[in-house]
Amino acid sequence: MSKLRPDLAVIAVNVAPGSSVLDVGCGDGTLLAALRDEKQCDARGMELDSANVGECVARGLSVIQGDADKDLAFYPDKSVDYAILSQTLQTTMRPDMALEQLLRIGRKAFVSFPNFAHWRVRLSLLWGGRMPVTRLLPVAWYETPNIHHLTIDDFRALVKERGIAVEGCWFLSGDTRCSPAAANFRAEHAVFLLSRG
Amino acid sequence: MATARNIDTSKVLELAEPLPLDSGRSLEGVRIAYEAHGTLSPARDNAILIAHALTGDQHVMSDHPKTGKPGWWVRMVGPGKPIDTDRFYVICANVIGSCMGSTGPASLAPDGAPYGMRFPVITIRDMVRGHIALLDALGIESLHAVVGGSMGGMQALSLAANFSDRTRAALVIASTARHSAQNIAFHEVGRQAIMADPAWREGDYYAAKVDGGKGPEKGLSVARMAAHITYLSEAGLTDKFGRRLQDRAEKTFGFDADFQVESYLRYQGLSFTDRFDANSYLYITRAMDYFDLAEEHGGLLANAFAGSMARYCLVSFDTDWLYPTAESRNVVHALNAAGLPVSFVELSAPYGHDSFLLDVPALDRVVEGFLKQ
Repeated sequence: MSKLRPDLAVIAVNVAPGSSVLDVGCGDGTLLAALRDEKQCDARGMELDSANVGECVARGLSVIQGDADKDLAFYPDKSVDYAILSQTLQTTMRPDMALEQLLRIGRKAFVSFPNFAHWRVRLSLLWGGRMPVTRLLPVAWYETPNIHHLTIDDFRALVKERGIAVEGCWFLSGDTRCSPAAANFRAEHAVFLLSRG
Repeated sequence: MATARNIDTSKVLELAEPLPLDSGRSLEGVRIAYEAHGTLSPARDNAILIAHALTGDQHVMSDHPKTGKPGWWVRMVGPGKPIDTDRFYVICANVIGSCMGSTGPASLAPDGAPYGMRFPVITIRDMVRGHIALLDALGIESLHAVVGGSMGGMQALSLAANFSDRTRAALVIASTARHSAQNIAFHEVGRQAIMADPAWREGDYYAAKVDGGKGPEKGLSVARMAAHITYLSEAGLTDKFGRRLQDRAEKTFGFDADFQVESYLRYQGLSFTDRFDANSYLYITRAMDYFDLAEEHGGLLANAFAGSMARYCLVSFDTDWLYPTAESRNVVHALNAAGLPVSFVELSAPYGHDSFLLDVPALDRVVEGFLKQ
C-alpha cells in the first residue's frame, strides 16, 4: 500500500479485495483512493468538511458531505462489507450510537482511535496536571475536536457490554506495531475489527 | 424576430413522430433546437447532455443570437474547461415549451396560428422526452453524463430516473426533486403578473405584436423581477446595492427608482422581455411546479432510482434559499437508500441560487473531478 497513515495502512491491508466499504470521516479520501486503486473496492465515504469532500469528488470518489452523528441513519442495513471509522469515534457526540450505526450499515466495522491511556498521556496528566498536549494529541483542550477521549480498555468494555465481537485488533506506537500485552499503556493508536458475531 | 447581431449556430431537429406527454395529450411536429460542441467518439460514449434552467437556452457556450451576450455557461463549458469539449461531445437543447427554437406556445400550431394557451401543459419529464428523442436522432444510446443546474438539475434527475439506461452519471447542481410550496408560490406571483397584464389577452398577443402593438412585457418584466430576487442572497443584494440611491443625492419622495436595487431590478425585468416569451414563462414555471419525482414513483423517492445504475453527484450552495441544501440532501438520502454511488457537497458561495452560474472555483473542481471518471 502507498504511504498511508499507520492505522489506515492496517485497515487497508486487512480489507478483503473487491469488497464494498463506507469510510465515515474519510478526510481527503486517501484511504478510499487506496482501497479503490489497489484492492478494487467499491469505496464510498462520508466527510463533514466541505473542502475535503470537494477533494474526494475531484479524485473521482463517491463521498457525501455529512455528519456521523446524524446522517448515518439514512444508510440501509448491511449495505457494505466494511464500515470504517478512523480517528473519528472520539469526535462524535455519541460514540456508542455511532458504533451501533457502523455495525448496522456494515457487515463488519473497522474502528481506529487514539489511546488516551498511553503512557505519555498519563505522565503528562500526572506530572503536569494539565490536559495533555502530545504528538498524538497535539491540540489544546479548548479547540480539540476530540470531545470523547477514550482508552483501549474503555473501548473493550463498551464492545463487551454491547455484545459486539472483536474479530481483530492491532496496536500502534508511532509507525510500529506493538504487542497486545499492556497495549493500554504502550499503544498510541488502536485499530479494531468488529462484527455483530 | 428583430435584429440578430449574431448568427444563430443552433441546429434544429424535427421529430417525425408525435411526442407523448404526461397530460395524456401529444405534440405533433415538434422541433428541438440544440447545439453540439466537440466530437462524438467512434464508440459514441463521450456525450454529455447539459440541461438548461427556466430561462436558459441551448446557447451554453455560443453567443446568444438576440442579446449578443456570451453563452450562459462559458466559464464551465469549452476546450480545457471542467466540461471539456476537447474530450466530450457536449449537447445542449432548448426545452420544449421554451422560445429559442424548440416548439413552445409561440410556435405555430398545425392550423398555422401560434399555439398560445392551446399549447398543452408540459412537465419536466416531457422536456426530458424531447431530449431522449434528440439522443435517439443523434445515435447516442447512453450519455457519459447529464448535467444541469436548477431546472436543469430536475431534468437530470428525471432523465436518470425515468430513462435509466440512457445515462451513466447525473450531476445535479442547486436543484430539487420536488417544488416546495414556497417555490410554487413565487412562480404563481410571476404568472399572475403576466396574466394581469391587459396586453396578455388570454395568451393571444402574438398577432398584436406583429402589428407593432404590445405583448405582456409589463407583466413578464414584473415576473422576472420577483423571480430574480429569489436567485440572489440577501447578503449578495446588500453587498451589491445596500441602500444606495440611483444617480441622485436625495430621496425624491416619489415612486421613481430611487434605490439602486430598484433600478437594477427594473433593468433586469425589462431586458428579459427582449429575449423571452411570456407564455413560455407560464408553461415552464408550471412544469417546474408540477415536478415531484417521488410522486411519479409511488411517493417514495428511492423508488424513482430503482432501475438506475448511474453515478450521481449533487451540489448545493449555502446561500441558496430557493433550493436549499436540505432539498439536495433529500435526494442524496434516497440515492443512498437505493444503494447508488453518490457524492454530495454543500459549497460556500455568496451569490445565492445563481452561484451555479458564477465564479465558484470549488464548483469547477467538483464538476471536473466527477466527469473525469
